[in-house]
Amino acid sequence: MVLHATHRDSGRVTVIDFSGRITLGEGSALLRKTVRGLLEEKRNLLLLNLGDVDYIDSSGIGELVSAYTAAKNQGGEMKLLNLTKKVKDLLQITKLYTVFDVHSEEGAAVRSFR
Amino acid sequence: MAPETTHLEVTLETQVESVNLAEEMCLRVAESAGFGEDDCYRIGMSVREGVINAFHYGNQERPEKKIHLAVDLTPDKMIIRVMDEGKGFSLADVPDPLAEENLLSTSGRGIFLMRAFMDEFDVITAPSGGAEIVMSKRLPPPAGASGGSGGWSAAPQERA
Repeated sequence: MVLHATHRDSGRVTVIDFSGRITLGEGSALLRKTVRGLLEEKRNLLLLNLGDVDYIDSSGIGELVSAYTAAKNQGGEMKLLNLTKKVKDLLQITKLYTVFDVHSEEGAAVRSFR
Repeated sequence: MAPETTHLEVTLETQVESVNLAEEMCLRVAESAGFGEDDCYRIGMSVREGVINAFHYGNQERPEKKIHLAVDLTPDKMIIRVMDEGKGFSLADVPDPLAEENLLSTSGRGIFLMRAFMDEFDVITAPSGGAEIVMSKRLPPPAGASGGSGGWSAAPQERA
């Protein structure tokens, strides 16, 4: 399934709603393009809603890490919202679950940004 | 009736589309062998990672090189081989993605995932000199295995 991404503002935070698969090729490229585009617009408080993402491969994981680092390097933050079980399991076995700030409720996630 | 072994082999182009193609092919075999949803996910992911490895690291994304995928379905396991036409590599040289200093690396998790998701995993040197990833997963017990009926069907059996 092709990845789709739309973004919206919630106060200072930009919420990006993804749906589909984040895998090598178009999926990873769209994630990179979306995040880089927002960072170029100085929108560096990013909340990635992965509630409709049920599949991520190592390329997608790499893009999440890249987005996290890029936001941080610009003085911002990138957090994750609504992980599906498969994605949560994947982040747990790769030990990234403890690196990323993961939330299950959007309001609380938005408020958690400094 | 003697158990049969099914062998499938395909040569793939060194391109991104081959990753999905290989995943789909192996998923069909896994489903027909009776693997459940979770195991199919693990097998599909491992095949993806094996082919990504061949595409990116082995063949260096060079289109003149090929990726060779072979699947064997034996009476007790599904064996998957992914061969590239690169220079080969040693597992000992692959950095641990769980090490603190590698956690924020943007690559290097494919081998780890294949190891985590499959029952057996190894990398050997292919006759061409490239890397050959060999991985397998034990077949699930047939539905109603206590009855020893055999077969690979995942269809639920009706109780008498």
